[in-house]
Amino acid sequence: MKIVVLVKNVPDTEAKIKPTPDRTKIDTQGIKWVMNTFDEYAVEAALQLKEKFKDNSTVTVISLGPDRVLETLRTALAMGADEAVHVWDSAFEGADMLTNAKILSKVVASVGFDLIFGGKQGIDYDAAQTCAAVAEHLGIPQVQIVTKFELSDDRTTIVARRRVEGGDEVVEVKLPAVVTCEKGLNEPRYASLPGIMKAKKKEIKKVGLADLGGLTAQDVGAAGSATMVVGYETLPERPACRMIGGDPAQQVADLVRALHDEAKVI
Amino acid sequence: MTNDVLVFAEIRSNQFKKINRELVSAATKLGGKTGGSVDIALLGHGIDGAVAEAMSLPVRKVFVVESPILEKYSTEGYAGGLEAAVRQADPGIVLFGATNMGKDLSARLAARLGAALMTDCVDIDFENGVLKGKRPVFSGKVYANVVSTKDGIKMASIRPNIYPPAPKGPGGAARVDVALSLTADRIHGVVKDIEGAAAGRKDVTEADIIVAGGRSLKSEENFKILEELADVLGASVGASRAAVDAGYAPHSRQIGQTGKVVNPKLYIACGVSGAIQHLVGMRTSKVIVAINKDPNASIFQTADYGIVGDIFEIVPLLTQEFKKLSSA
Repeated sequence: MKIVVLVKNVPDTEAKIKPTPDRTKIDTQGIKWVMNTFDEYAVEAALQLKEKFKDNSTVTVISLGPDRVLETLRTALAMGADEAVHVWDSAFEGADMLTNAKILSKVVASVGFDLIFGGKQGIDYDAAQTCAAVAEHLGIPQVQIVTKFELSDDRTTIVARRRVEGGDEVVEVKLPAVVTCEKGLNEPRYASLPGIMKAKKKEIKKVGLADLGGLTAQDVGAAGSATMVVGYETLPERPACRMIGGDPAQQVADLVRALHDEAKVI
Repeated sequence: MTNDVLVFAEIRSNQFKKINRELVSAATKLGGKTGGSVDIALLGHGIDGAVAEAMSLPVRKVFVVESPILEKYSTEGYAGGLEAAVRQADPGIVLFGATNMGKDLSARLAARLGAALMTDCVDIDFENGVLKGKRPVFSGKVYANVVSTKDGIKMASIRPNIYPPAPKGPGGAARVDVALSLTADRIHGVVKDIEGAAAGRKDVTEADIIVAGGRSLKSEENFKILEELADVLGASVGASRAAVDAGYAPHSRQIGQTGKVVNPKLYIACGVSGAIQHLVGMRTSKVIVAINKDPNASIFQTADYGIVGDIFEIVPLLTQEFKKLSSA
């Protein structure tokens, strides 16, 4: 079985994110870039399947972005992925998610696939667009925000539990399909030392615009995108907290009165 | 393409969701700028009740795509159904709720139609042919201002609880039935079952009031004191990542960067320290109350009202006090 995982490289969750002084970009100084949290579950899901099959199944990780994504690809290789593809070209700069999805779907198609995993969203732009758009371009179904799944013995169908507002949906989906992963699906492994050593020696395949049959510079990057970010804003400061003193009964009575009479939310 | 604004209205468990009325408000604002009308697209099977509700809103037309294959949500079925409605209505802008359904569907359909798409907007506007969305990025640490850069259809999903629900309209909306050529064999993923929805408590993303607990709750059992407070307030119960990772609450309740982003009118944080990754998930709440033993807890910097105290003492007292208020 050919398993593909789409991974993204994002600032780690503790990173302080602020705009540059002209507010047109994010200040990336001092930011530590890591594999997107939700993509870790995707890599783990792919590896667990491969290990269960014990056959010639392969896991290919694909990442689109500048050279800093190489580290994330190496992490995936160190975790146990077989191959990695680095997709980048200066022409890809300034793209939105849907445009990158066009590129990724071409790459996935050329790699070959039976099952594609991704994170439920990038924790950077939180758009949750890429994986669904890749599924659309490949003409295959998607099941998103998956917390549990089971692949049928004949490997044709997945029954997945996906999170929706107020409950879980149980979805049956025929392969090939795109599955996006949510926290809770599994416990992503840490790369082992031998894994890290082995990953260092593996070749990472490079794919640029010239390798994407049919796409031109007009179709990709900012030129190919129908949206762009024109600026960033910091969040408005919240007013200072009013600390409510007194004994517990007094505190509670004062709080309820404030919420009722002052804030009028109760 | 017209200047009209089409709202994809969501039905879950036979309910016409509150977000739909919020979307009509946002669409009305945009329609005022584009010079177009506001229409609704409604998909499903046996949805006359929802159609009637949609027609009671201040909109021009309700495009109805009715088919047995749309009884339960599927990405492919709904993308096909909404595509048919979009082709017939020919809107310049399509709005979705930034819900799991809205995000799943909008990305799929935008890719199909080559549309511009802005996810999870907290403000939306239109000027000189350009759709402008403000959206929290990096889990709400900053806002990005996004604009459409091309002619052609534009789409956005809007975060719940941002726009006020539209009031009932004059009731003159017209029903337009849209034919669906999609057949069941073209749908490769279907919902077999929906679980947990009957639990009776609203999802945290839909709640007006949230009572959230942190690791200081010390056990799953102790979350009961939050449940009791939530019951009195008609609230949902949320949790910090620390509490979820410790196994005190399910991940579906986690609020923060790797959980859910919420903006209720009242957020009561009980024993939540206020790690940045939690704050980004709730700091847009209208009023925030923090109860914590540690006077230096960073949650107090984000809160409007703070009580330094023991949650095991304060929370039950609070439940009693709210009970008094509601019976007064």
